[in-house]
Amino acid sequence: MTHWLVAPVLLPALLAPIMLLFLRKRLMESRVLSIGACLSLLALAGLLMAQASTGTTQTYALGDWQAPFGIVLVLDRLSALMLVVTALLALAVMIYAVVTGLDRRGWHFHPLFQFQLLGLNGAFLTGDLFNLFVFFEVMLIASYGLMLHGGGGARLKAGVQYVVVNLVGSTLFLVAVGLLYGATGTLNMAHMGQRVAEAPAGDHGLIVAGGLLMITVFALKAAIFPLHVWLPRTYVSTSAPMAALFAIMTKVGAYCILRFTTVVFGESAGPLAWAPAPYLLPAALATMLVGFIGVLGARNLRHLAAFSVVGSMGTLVSAIAVFTPEATAAALYYLPHSTFAAAALFLVSDQIARRRGAFGDALSPSPVFSGAGRLSGLFFLTAIAVVGLPPLSGFPGKLLILDAVRDAPGGWWIWGFILGTTVISLLAFARAGSALFWKSAATAGEIKAATPAAPVAAALVVTGLLGVLTVLTLAGGPITTYLNATGQQLFEAGAYGGAVLGPG
Amino acid sequence: MSIEFLVATAVGVMSAAGIYLVLRARTFPVVLGLAFMSYAINVFLFASGRLVINQPPIYGKEVTAYTDPLPQALVLTAIVIAFGMTALVVVLALRTYLETGTDQVDGLADTPEATPPPPEETAVLGPEPPSPVAPSREAGR
Repeated sequence: MTHWLVAPVLLPALLAPIMLLFLRKRLMESRVLSIGACLSLLALAGLLMAQASTGTTQTYALGDWQAPFGIVLVLDRLSALMLVVTALLALAVMIYAVVTGLDRRGWHFHPLFQFQLLGLNGAFLTGDLFNLFVFFEVMLIASYGLMLHGGGGARLKAGVQYVVVNLVGSTLFLVAVGLLYGATGTLNMAHMGQRVAEAPAGDHGLIVAGGLLMITVFALKAAIFPLHVWLPRTYVSTSAPMAALFAIMTKVGAYCILRFTTVVFGESAGPLAWAPAPYLLPAALATMLVGFIGVLGARNLRHLAAFSVVGSMGTLVSAIAVFTPEATAAALYYLPHSTFAAAALFLVSDQIARRRGAFGDALSPSPVFSGAGRLSGLFFLTAIAVVGLPPLSGFPGKLLILDAVRDAPGGWWIWGFILGTTVISLLAFARAGSALFWKSAATAGEIKAATPAAPVAAALVVTGLLGVLTVLTLAGGPITTYLNATGQQLFEAGAYGGAVLGPG
Repeated sequence: MSIEFLVATAVGVMSAAGIYLVLRARTFPVVLGLAFMSYAINVFLFASGRLVINQPPIYGKEVTAYTDPLPQALVLTAIVIAFGMTALVVVLALRTYLETGTDQVDGLADTPEATPPPPEETAVLGPEPPSPVAPSREAGR
């Protein structure tokens, strides 16, 4: 057993209290430590991904209490992928927050950020349902603080809604855990999968109810229709870097749907196999539609970005909801793409809004602002990525999904919705870009900047994110090989259970 | 009357009260509703290990029947988290009321004359555009 597996959880868990206790008033040290932590997390995630890519599923029994009695952390290809995505995004967001001075706008930004990473990494690694709840709570509590960071009335109002919605979600999570524990007598997901397969027919109703409730909670995090209503307001009200970081929070929901369903309601579950699937696909399609119609109707850039997150979650979950190895591999290609593209869009919107003074990020023509040329280039590239046009990775992402769902039941619905919503979002982004940049060139007047413009380094962060998307495209071959293996691993009946609980 | 009936009724009544209160428009009933829901969940989690009377949860030499210890540990964790979250949401609601002059959960002003103008937002992203947030559909309760 290697101890590296626990490091992505341990590192932020140790750093956060250190920063909180000793570096409260030392901004510079906090910044160095934070960025250093993000870099080490990235290195760790890369190391774990290299270990996971051999195809073995590693487990780490906390306190050496063996599963199913103790809590285990489990590392397979999917977890490793999520860790890498989280670490990359965290690094970009942290640099952006530091160069724009967001961390100076209130207390405890850096510790909260580390707690957020602790919750995220833990949620991706844990193999225990109640432990997942605890990591969800860590992640959410930190996100409440980060969401409200910087203050302001509008942010507080949206914050109350965000907190209340998520508290109700946590309550439902506990109900689902209670139901599943009552019916199966275990909380270890792999063990639960085995128990579900052996469950007497009389318990099936209870198990399905618990499972669907669990999926509902994950769908709330993933902003799946009709539980997406909280997302736009939250993301619009918070600061841009935090909205960019929260792009990974919705993916936690998608990850949990995938993990929970394949482990507990997998092929081996007999009559209960894929019980949540029939409900997920229509919801995902509706999410796609609602999201991209929202994009079309948005009147400012932040709304545009928030609704594009909703829409891309619909696309992602529609591919997951098919539950085949191929479609899952395609979805997992689209997942990092949509995370980084959404983050880049939020960060570009922030820079544009800073330059436009009183016009902010409203999609109306303003006089020409300084730096418009560079920002229009960045916006154009980001829009290409979000919409899913070649050459950036949105295009192969959507193409892979379309190719993988061709033979699946409901596959043509997914085709129709993905192609249709791509046209809608193309229209919306073209309109937004022309309002912001082309029509602005024809508007006379002068802009009085109210907020300091973001430094050049901020634009470099966005360039870096776009660079990641380029790598995702150029290295498409090796990446899809890894992801296909991930899909196979997830759908291999009994593989996860065998690795966690030992053979027999 | 069996103890199962009593516990189930208690969970049901507390959940119903909690859900009703959470759907109210003002923050104070919502906080109470969240508290009610967490109480209901705590009792429910406790019952998920089956209700057993007068049995020890841990190993003893002469003991043959046990109660399930795991739900008790879960409830303990859930209580701690719910307690902390209730404290957070109370502070947040209070702060929102003090800063914006309204305790409506959907953020709408109470009545025009009773509401002081909200203080200028110290936005990171520059001034708010003319209509930043579409008015909520639950308006006017």
